[in-house]
Amino acid sequence: MPETATSPFNIQIGNDLTWNVMPLLHEVKHALNKLIESGETTVIDLRSIPLAPGEEDRILQTLGVGEIQAKLNALGPSEITETRYAGIWIVTHYNDEEDIIGRFIEVTMMPEILCSQREDMIAAYEAFDTTLEENNESSVEKSE
Amino acid sequence: MTNKFDDKNKTLGDTLRSRGISRRSFLKFCAATASMMALPPAMIPKVAHALENAKRPSVIWLSFQECTGCTESLTRSHSATIENLIFDSISLDYHHTLQAASGHAAEAAREAAMEENHGNYILVVDGSIPMDNPGYSTIAGISNYDMLMDTAKGAAAIIAVGTCATYGGIPHAKPNPTGAVSVGDLIKDKPIINVPGCPPIPVVITGVVTHFLTFGTIPELDHIGRPKVFYGQSIHDRCYRRPFYDKGLFAETFDDEGAQKGWCLFKLGCKGPTTYNACATTKWNNGTSFPIEAGHPCIGCSEPDFWDGGGFYKALSMPTENITQTALYTAAGAAAVGVAAGALNRAKKNAATKAHPNTTIEDLEK
Ligand code: SF4
Repeated sequence: MPETATSPFNIQIGNDLTWNVMPLLHEVKHALNKLIESGETTVIDLRSIPLAPGEEDRILQTLGVGEIQAKLNALGPSEITETRYAGIWIVTHYNDEEDIIGRFIEVTMMPEILCSQREDMIAAYEAFDTTLEENNESSVEKSE
Repeated sequence: MTNKFDDKNKTLGDTLRSRGISRRSFLKFCAATASMMALPPAMIPKVAHALENAKRPSVIWLSFQECTGCTESLTRSHSATIENLIFDSISLDYHHTLQAASGHAAEAAREAAMEENHGNYILVVDGSIPMDNPGYSTIAGISNYDMLMDTAKGAAAIIAVGTCATYGGIPHAKPNPTGAVSVGDLIKDKPIINVPGCPPIPVVITGVVTHFLTFGTIPELDHIGRPKVFYGQSIHDRCYRRPFYDKGLFAETFDDEGAQKGWCLFKLGCKGPTTYNACATTKWNNGTSFPIEAGHPCIGCSEPDFWDGGGFYKALSMPTENITQTALYTAAGAAAVGVAAGALNRAKKNAATKAHPNTTIEDLEK
């Protein structure tokens, strides 16, 4: 971790400010152990924790970036990153104007938002079926 | 926002599906909404289920003695997609700043919404009510008092938005020239949710409306009617500068070494210890910052009589004699020190309010 960081307001931030960073990282470590032992997932809302300027960056820096980085486009973009510690993910949701509207640490095998959803799959099946039927009809028309 | 009554039976799920919004997008919407309502992430599936089935309630918004800052706070908030969806899922039938209609047509819309949704609509009020001379504030020739009492009769619940509607706010500041009172001073027979702040944080306003939409109930309130989920902890208890307070490290001026190093702003008049609000975690401008993070002490704008609290830049009590020493003795008892300081400061604040009949220019400069 860097010795000091600078906030957008040019306030020097020493390491002594980071009173919530280490407890939070320990909580994440315990959550990972719980996932390994029992498969139970944990979601931590980073907005619910009082953080000093630069502390969120410290958390993200410590967790780092691992093998998977996914982007999705659903009511604005979202970024889903597996950190360098397998099973610990950072999920960041943005709105259309690319402002952050939610940032979560998810300790899970796969964040729920990445999985295909049953309702979407049912709609997809119907759409796919219609496409194939239309193709079928047009190829029948051509052959006539 | 629409004024149509015909689709009020549609659920939010129906509205979203008819717009081609995927389940995945809906899950994202629910995650952001749960975060906005300060609910733990484990509640996201419950929020999803409730929102899926939520019906569009009719909302009537009345603005009395106010500066329109509360409406500005809400409509200038950034999370356009999410908050638009929330506002698309209510039927905002009257809001004289936002509606296109004016004069008789506007009043007719209010009366129609009241009749059609009697007993079920949500009444949102910003601004205080002048009780001295009704002519101080009227809408379409109707006094604020008459309009409030008339509209409140058929409301399912009332949300008082901003410190003026909740506690009288700036119009109520001494010497209170208009005889301003709050909604709660006048209405005793309806559930009232107080959402104070000058202005309130936009996601707190939306969060309270969404809570009602999601659960159909009013959230748990504190002793002065504020939802505990947003106002349950003091700014001081959630302030990232708190370790400096506990160590007795204070900025003495706005440009000294302490200010540069981000030390506690108590001696510069910070009202964080007596102020209950979500600024320290939810923050402003989409989570960018809040006054203390920008180097300015909290002025306590979500508390009753904040304007008469004895000067924004005057410390509640001098911590050097009482708190710093205690803090040094009890490094492990920081929370207890905070509680003690809170009680001490509340007493000081009450004394300041009592001993402060008039506010002069000099007072404001203190
Ligand atoms: S007095 Fe104000 S700046 Fe100091 S810790 Fe409390 S809330 Fe933060």
